[in-house]
Amino acid sequence: MKILTQHIDVPGIETIDVYRQHGGYSAVEKAIKTMAPDEVTEEVKKSGLRGRGGAGFPVGMKWSFLAKPEGVPRYLVCNADESEPGTFKDHYLMMKSPHTLIEGMIVSSYALGANTSYIYVRGELMYVINILEKAIQEAYDKGLLGKNILGSGYDLDLFVQPGGGAYICGEETALLESLEGKRGNPRNKPPFPAVKGLYQCPTVVNNVESIAATSWIVNNGGEEYAKIGVGRSAGTKLISVSGHVRKPGVYEIPLGITVEDFIYSDEWCGGIRDGHKLKAVVAGGSSVPILPAELILKTTNGENRLMTYESLSDGGFATGTMLGSGGFIVMDETTCIVHNTLTFARFYHHESCGQCSPCREGTGWMDKVIHRIEHGKGRMEDIDLLVDVAKKIEGNTICPLGDAAAWPVAAAIRHFRDEFEWHVKHPEEATKPGAVFMREGASWTL
Amino acid sequence: MKVTIDNITIEVEPGTTIMQAARQIGAHVAPPAMCYYEPLKGSGGKCRACLVKVTAGSEKDPRPMPKLVPSCITQVQDGMIVENTTSPQVLEARKGVVEFLLLNHPLDCPVCDQAGECHLQDFTFEHGVSKTRTIEERNTFEPQDLGPYIQLNMNRCVLCYRCVYTADQVTEGRVHGVMHRGDHAEISTYIEKAIDNDFSGNVIDVCPVGALTDKTYRFKNRVWFTKPVDAHCDCGKCSGKVTLWYRGDEVIRVTARKNEWGEVQDFICNTCRFERKKTSDWTIEGPMKVARHSVISANKYGASSIKPAFPLKQAAEQYKQIDDNRDRSFLEPQKQLK
Repeated sequence: MKILTQHIDVPGIETIDVYRQHGGYSAVEKAIKTMAPDEVTEEVKKSGLRGRGGAGFPVGMKWSFLAKPEGVPRYLVCNADESEPGTFKDHYLMMKSPHTLIEGMIVSSYALGANTSYIYVRGELMYVINILEKAIQEAYDKGLLGKNILGSGYDLDLFVQPGGGAYICGEETALLESLEGKRGNPRNKPPFPAVKGLYQCPTVVNNVESIAATSWIVNNGGEEYAKIGVGRSAGTKLISVSGHVRKPGVYEIPLGITVEDFIYSDEWCGGIRDGHKLKAVVAGGSSVPILPAELILKTTNGENRLMTYESLSDGGFATGTMLGSGGFIVMDETTCIVHNTLTFARFYHHESCGQCSPCREGTGWMDKVIHRIEHGKGRMEDIDLLVDVAKKIEGNTICPLGDAAAWPVAAAIRHFRDEFEWHVKHPEEATKPGAVFMREGASWTL
Repeated sequence: MKVTIDNITIEVEPGTTIMQAARQIGAHVAPPAMCYYEPLKGSGGKCRACLVKVTAGSEKDPRPMPKLVPSCITQVQDGMIVENTTSPQVLEARKGVVEFLLLNHPLDCPVCDQAGECHLQDFTFEHGVSKTRTIEERNTFEPQDLGPYIQLNMNRCVLCYRCVYTADQVTEGRVHGVMHRGDHAEISTYIEKAIDNDFSGNVIDVCPVGALTDKTYRFKNRVWFTKPVDAHCDCGKCSGKVTLWYRGDEVIRVTARKNEWGEVQDFICNTCRFERKKTSDWTIEGPMKVARHSVISANKYGASSIKPAFPLKQAAEQYKQIDDNRDRSFLEPQKQLK
């Protein structure tokens, strides 16, 4: 079942003519000509679509929170600042089929009553920005954007804004600050963007994938969408797979398939590369807790773990993780978890905005300590120190970057403490190129 | 609206923040503040020193808030119940914040002009532990010259953004700001431009630490050797209400007047601050009311006149339980105050 990527390999799908030949922009016609804005919101609510950027908040509910005071403009902002290590699904979608996003933007803006909308794309993706700009121009030329869309009296201007290449600008309020031309520091909440967002006006910020999915929902109805998937995890999800699998790439999966299927079946990842075994998976982008092979495939109850929001988070952070943004990083037994954790910690150290003290100082501290451990200068007490520092960052910061920095470190130690201890106890061995600790009797031990 | 903080209930106006409500009750329940500065709009929420636990959101919705909240920017709801120092979780989080703030701090109090009136010192004394767990090299910055009056020592900065807000709201144009990000973020002017306008000196007063110091006063004295008096003059540019800091008969420093929370009420101009340093320039009103976080009171007016405020009590009670092999005998005289 494919919704977003159904026609993605059709040659020329990036042009409006080919896109329309494959049923493109029918949702715009249906929504604008036959539906009231509230009806669109209602369909999205019924669909059970959840935010695909990471947090998984129901989109329809987010829309219904939007304040609608008289005489104040409302904005829809598409968060295309996808910068989480391991996540590259939005990039792929916008690059291959920009009109899928633009159609979703028109439908969603119509539902929210926004007359100006923005797509905030991370600055490194300049060529994607060019693709989007071209596609938007095509949509303007066909009367799908601009004044009086399809003769309905509804006006919409759509702009693409390149970011400066900061991870923090993917946080919705930092994104709004950046969009306003300021330093990308997250705002204190409340007020939430739904009340005071862009230029202090009510604003909805949604991920590319969430917005793109709304056109299918309009075309086929929310109930149809809700039928795909399992329970509260409705619909399909783009998963960007990287790491030691046979076929890394972006896959659109119906939520609810088992993780085992996803990794090993030929339809998706095709299994671990030859001669190697699965050691660990980061299931939703670098910020979610890493899980060892036995916990990612089965929950502690012995049930198969599914690719759903609920199943992946089963067991809380003790034995579970999160679906997050769908950045699925697979590691085989050749991966050193300490080195991997260092890479993540260094990233968050580099990307912390520096506004609030726990994150600003804590990310740097964790980076330096893990760096020492990785390079053979660790002390046994450093491991508990890391756990404690992570605990003191988590939940005490302005925005979720603090949590995102703390979770991977805490989880790596939770599940792979022996590996950290090995680095501390055997620094000479551990710092040899390619040296990896092999846990005795573990499923990934060769 | 009724709000209960550390088991003390108070009636406040709608729109009051938890911090303001706590301050109305008094110093013993007021959370510490490193970045929040009431006269500066938009300040607060950054340092996380004032995190408190809300155990009941309001009368209508008595669910507790899931995370600790910054009391300086969280508005009270009717029937809200807040735990400040009565919550072990809050104290633990604050210990963490102290540790984070000191992580890259040079701890050069013995040569720092701010020592004795430093909010970071107070905060550390009240909420920190005296042992460090870090062995990493500290991040350092070169000292920067911000024109003829102001010296920036970025190593001491806690990035509270107060000076940024001051320049935005008090002066005519801001030429400095925060550059870079994360723990390499720094306060700086663009291409080392001098901060030059009539009210620039106020950034020194709002700085909670010794990052921004007065060049005309630098290294001249320790604050506890000085005698502050309130004075005023007829100034065309500002209110002219200041505090003069005497050493003997000499005015060695002029600052704006601060309230008991260390906040400037009337910002003063550079002429008053840097040029008028003779007693004959001023009309003396009388001795300054010494703020709670000042060490001056201890030396000049006798320890018996200070109330056994929260920090001393806290320290006397808690430092015994902490694994701390520092000499604590200096706390003994304070115990007699009870």
